[in-house]
Amino acid sequence: MKYQMDFRSLLNRDNNIVQLIVMTILIFAVMAALSPDKFLRYYNFESITYIFPELGLLSIAMMIAMLTGGIDLSVVGIANLSGILAGVVFHRLAGDTGIADAPFQVVLLGGVVAIGTGVVAGALNGFLVTRAGIIPILATLGTGQVFTGLAIVLTGGPALVGFPEAWAFLGNGKVFGLATPFVLFIVIAAIIAFVLSRTTFGINLMLIGTNPKAALFAGLKRERMIFYSYMLTGVLASVAGIILSGRTNAAKSDYGTSYLLQAVLIAVLGGTNPAGGKGTVLGISIAVVALMLLASGFQILRFSNHLIDFIWGAFLLLVIAINAFKNRTR
Amino acid sequence: MSDAFIELRDIRKEFAGVVALDDISLTIRAGEIHCLAGENGSGKSTVIKVMSGVYQPDGGSILIDGQPVSRLTPISAIGHGVQVIYQDFSLFGNLTVAENLAMNVHLREKRSLMDWRRTRAIAAEAVERLKVDLDLDAEVGRLPTAGKQLVAIARALMSDARLIIMDEPTTALTRKEVETLFRIVHDIQSRGIAILFVSHKMREMLEISERMTVIRNGRKVAEGPTGDFDEASITRHMTGTDILNEPYVWSPPAGAEPPPPRLEIRDLAVPGRFEGLSLAIRPGEIVGLSGLLGSGRTEVALTLFGMLPGYRGEVRVDGAPVTLRTTHDAIEAGIAYVPEDRLTEGLFLAQSINRNMLATSYERLAPRLVIDRHRADAMTSGMIKSMQIATPTGEKPVIELSGGNQQRVVLARWLLTDARVLILNGPTVGVDVGSKAEIHRKIRELAVRHGLAVVMISDDVLELVQNCNRIVLMHRGRFVDEVETAATTEEQVSDMLKTFT
Amino acid sequence: MTWLRRSEVVIAGILVLAMIVIGLVNPAFWQLDNLFSLLRSNVIIGIMALGVLLVLISGGIDVSFPAFAVAAMYLTVKGMLYLGYDGVALPFLTAAVMGLLFGSLNAFFVYKFRMIPLIVTLGTGAMVRGFLLGVVGTSMININKMPPALIDFARTDVLSFTKADGTTYGLTAMVLIYLGLALAMHLVLRYTMIGRSVYALGGDAEAARRAGFDLRKTIFFVYCTAGALAGFAGLLHSGMIWLANPRDFVGLELDVIAAVVLGGASIFGGRGTVLGTMLGVFMLVMVKNSLIIMKVDTTWQRVVVGIIIIIATAVTAWRDRRRQA
Repeated sequence: MKYQMDFRSLLNRDNNIVQLIVMTILIFAVMAALSPDKFLRYYNFESITYIFPELGLLSIAMMIAMLTGGIDLSVVGIANLSGILAGVVFHRLAGDTGIADAPFQVVLLGGVVAIGTGVVAGALNGFLVTRAGIIPILATLGTGQVFTGLAIVLTGGPALVGFPEAWAFLGNGKVFGLATPFVLFIVIAAIIAFVLSRTTFGINLMLIGTNPKAALFAGLKRERMIFYSYMLTGVLASVAGIILSGRTNAAKSDYGTSYLLQAVLIAVLGGTNPAGGKGTVLGISIAVVALMLLASGFQILRFSNHLIDFIWGAFLLLVIAINAFKNRTR
Repeated sequence: MSDAFIELRDIRKEFAGVVALDDISLTIRAGEIHCLAGENGSGKSTVIKVMSGVYQPDGGSILIDGQPVSRLTPISAIGHGVQVIYQDFSLFGNLTVAENLAMNVHLREKRSLMDWRRTRAIAAEAVERLKVDLDLDAEVGRLPTAGKQLVAIARALMSDARLIIMDEPTTALTRKEVETLFRIVHDIQSRGIAILFVSHKMREMLEISERMTVIRNGRKVAEGPTGDFDEASITRHMTGTDILNEPYVWSPPAGAEPPPPRLEIRDLAVPGRFEGLSLAIRPGEIVGLSGLLGSGRTEVALTLFGMLPGYRGEVRVDGAPVTLRTTHDAIEAGIAYVPEDRLTEGLFLAQSINRNMLATSYERLAPRLVIDRHRADAMTSGMIKSMQIATPTGEKPVIELSGGNQQRVVLARWLLTDARVLILNGPTVGVDVGSKAEIHRKIRELAVRHGLAVVMISDDVLELVQNCNRIVLMHRGRFVDEVETAATTEEQVSDMLKTFT
Repeated sequence: MTWLRRSEVVIAGILVLAMIVIGLVNPAFWQLDNLFSLLRSNVIIGIMALGVLLVLISGGIDVSFPAFAVAAMYLTVKGMLYLGYDGVALPFLTAAVMGLLFGSLNAFFVYKFRMIPLIVTLGTGAMVRGFLLGVVGTSMININKMPPALIDFARTDVLSFTKADGTTYGLTAMVLIYLGLALAMHLVLRYTMIGRSVYALGGDAEAARRAGFDLRKTIFFVYCTAGALAGFAGLLHSGMIWLANPRDFVGLELDVIAAVVLGGASIFGGRGTVLGTMLGVFMLVMVKNSLIIMKVDTTWQRVVVGIIIIIATAVTAWRDRRRQA
């Protein structure tokens, strides 16, 4: 009886980090039990550290949009457009050295173009949400179409293949024996976590999301903060696009379309309140790792990618049901 | 007249162990106008919900027409003729007046088809019955508040009501609209329908009702014909204490040169809202701004807080002219505003006390992007102490505090910004009696110690008379009179307000 | 002159203006066969839009219906092939019922757990599509295998003409199905209590509850109907293009939602009409199709759709703000 009570209070505690960790361990244990020889190999975990960062960054981006009660449905479009624009730069400027050995300045320029895409795209979203007064779902639905559409226009449909080696390093290289994307993710996640908890901008986002009207009466610069938050979302999406194009050595208008659902799922699972005001980078990070373990486990069990999509969807609904149950008992 | 329509006997209701209604008994006779009086949080709305079947009581019994009712549900309550007009009216803003009026009839008859001709006929009859002028084809969302209320009343009347419960019906009405409402209430009564008027505004209760019941902290404390009560006795019953009347006295500091006014406005105007307002408030003064709803008093406050940037005229703080285009301008100028509705406009309920207090100060705390946590901690813990906020830690979500403590958090937020002008709109709405007095004491203390210029807006004339050194009366967008509280009584001010129509 | 302010009139005005502009750029726009093919393109999106309209009026949003449509279509065609059944009525009924069942999943989660519909429908959509592709199969069923009855049914024309060069063209009878469903939806929304309850729910859910509406019934009605319409439209689509592709309809939700919003429905619920939606669908389809006539590269289609969504919603937001002021 006492034990049960403890379990309840653990479940009900505001930070669901503990719960997420328990879930991660459970997934790990089940997958390890189902196919110990394949799941527990070093290679498996190493490949996860290459694959999850792009999704992790998109999920953090989604969380930031949700903090103010919004959503960003254009993140995948921004990511792809960023990769493609960088690719276009490389294909135009590579010259006689060939794309693979493009000089460092060109790679840097590509990076600037990619991040710049995120800034501009995010600013457009921010403008539409704060100035034009369009609700985030519709604004980012529309801009998502525009970004993806521009990506189609630029590539004409097929993938843009071939990126410089220095670029590919960002997607599949190693730093201190760790996957570069993983290192990038850790650094960026730490910066975002710091920004959200220790800067005016971060705390203002939480306050605005909790009660937009009170934010107005407290004299917070509501519109400006929301505008910046969409820019930040855009930048994170473009970094995800850089990693994605570097890892696959290609960029395409319809890469990672299922990432949108997954980013929403991870954000919700990671404890973000879609109505605004609540969300942590740590929660997102654990959630993305948990779901990646789940996906890789199912892949090892020879489930098709489509079936894994099915499981993602089912998982999202399950999380909704569990959250509803938790709120009811509170 | 003496037969009871509905009788609550020893009704008890608890929420998670907290007693909301403590053996309350209440009798409403057929065709009478009955007042249920009580402070916010005294259990008034719980009584309404028990009577309308929304809540099931944990003890006691309900009798209708002398017959015990075993289990009252929302549907069966309506079946017995009990109708509630909620404060938010429960109307569909996207539908027409006619449809709003007829919807309940259709639902009651369990129809599956929508007969528009019949809808119009029902609606026309309902409006006819109320003898008011309403455009049946207008969208309800576009009607003014009084119009929406009429629709709600007309709708309640259609269902062969025997008791109409009105929850704080005068809150958003102008005096003229209140009079129309009272005429309608009497008209309804003449048809033998009882009315339960739930309110905390004494003057109106005394004016309209025949009998009244006063509750406090979930208990009935007084009951009887309205003639047996006067304002003082109702207040005493509602609050449980005799309000000690020690008016706030302010005298200009002795010395040769008086300091310039903290806040000075000259010919302030917002077209269509108010015009030609001039006022000077010196440090330490608490000036009440009184007027009926719609007199422009809230607009004055919003203008000073930079939320109505289209104003004309001049505003000076400590002698320096300021331009108030945004809330940020106002805060920079040292003007702070505590909004009317603490829960929806003032607080970030799910966030911690600390964050709520620091909301406006973060920018100052983070000169180089990163928030200075040591300074933040020092500021919040100092404030919790000096404002006497009852909490073990500033990390507690503000939603867990009582109304009085919550209001202190909002006040603390502005004190941290070194505000020089403090505008309070309904500073003690929804605050229990004990805290109310303490908040008043705090405001006076702040005005004196920090030399603040305080503008206090309140519906509660008594509150103004007791806490302000002078009161400016506002009507139809103009300052019409000004009184020194030392030389006046609540009665006199209320009588002056009454002459405004 | 209140009718002038109705959003349908405004949309119709813009539509006429757009038609005149497109006609000026390329007079071929006004040729009967182009107009007929335009109407034909309205059918599938239009039927789905009727369902989305219902969802938007109720205050929700649905991004799962393309998945429901494709699943109902593919499963029905597969079933027909498996059973060797070749008919029309029963398969359409089956597809609609399948869509309805999928829709009830949305309704269950939205009602029971009070979760934001966008997130619920993202989840159910992914589940259904994942199940279809992962379990049922990914191979297309093309004209050689498609049940002939479906194709024959979808080929029916109400009008047909022969061109000078001997080719024939006609107006598909499927337009009549679309119009019939639209009329039915209009009647339901306007003249039944369940239809009015959808407006009530979207206008003020709490008031609807207090008034005594059975909100569970309403929510199930909304999402089940949307699902059923999607399932029906899915099967009709496969008959019209002689192909059952389990990867079909990807991204279609954006077009349909755009069309409905274009047609004046409010994303906040409580507002929207069938006529407006039909005009919105026509506008969207016309602009997309006319890009070809206007010799704009087809790769620009999505950009154009995106810009239309943005402009339409910006105008709506601006109008709503003015209404409040």
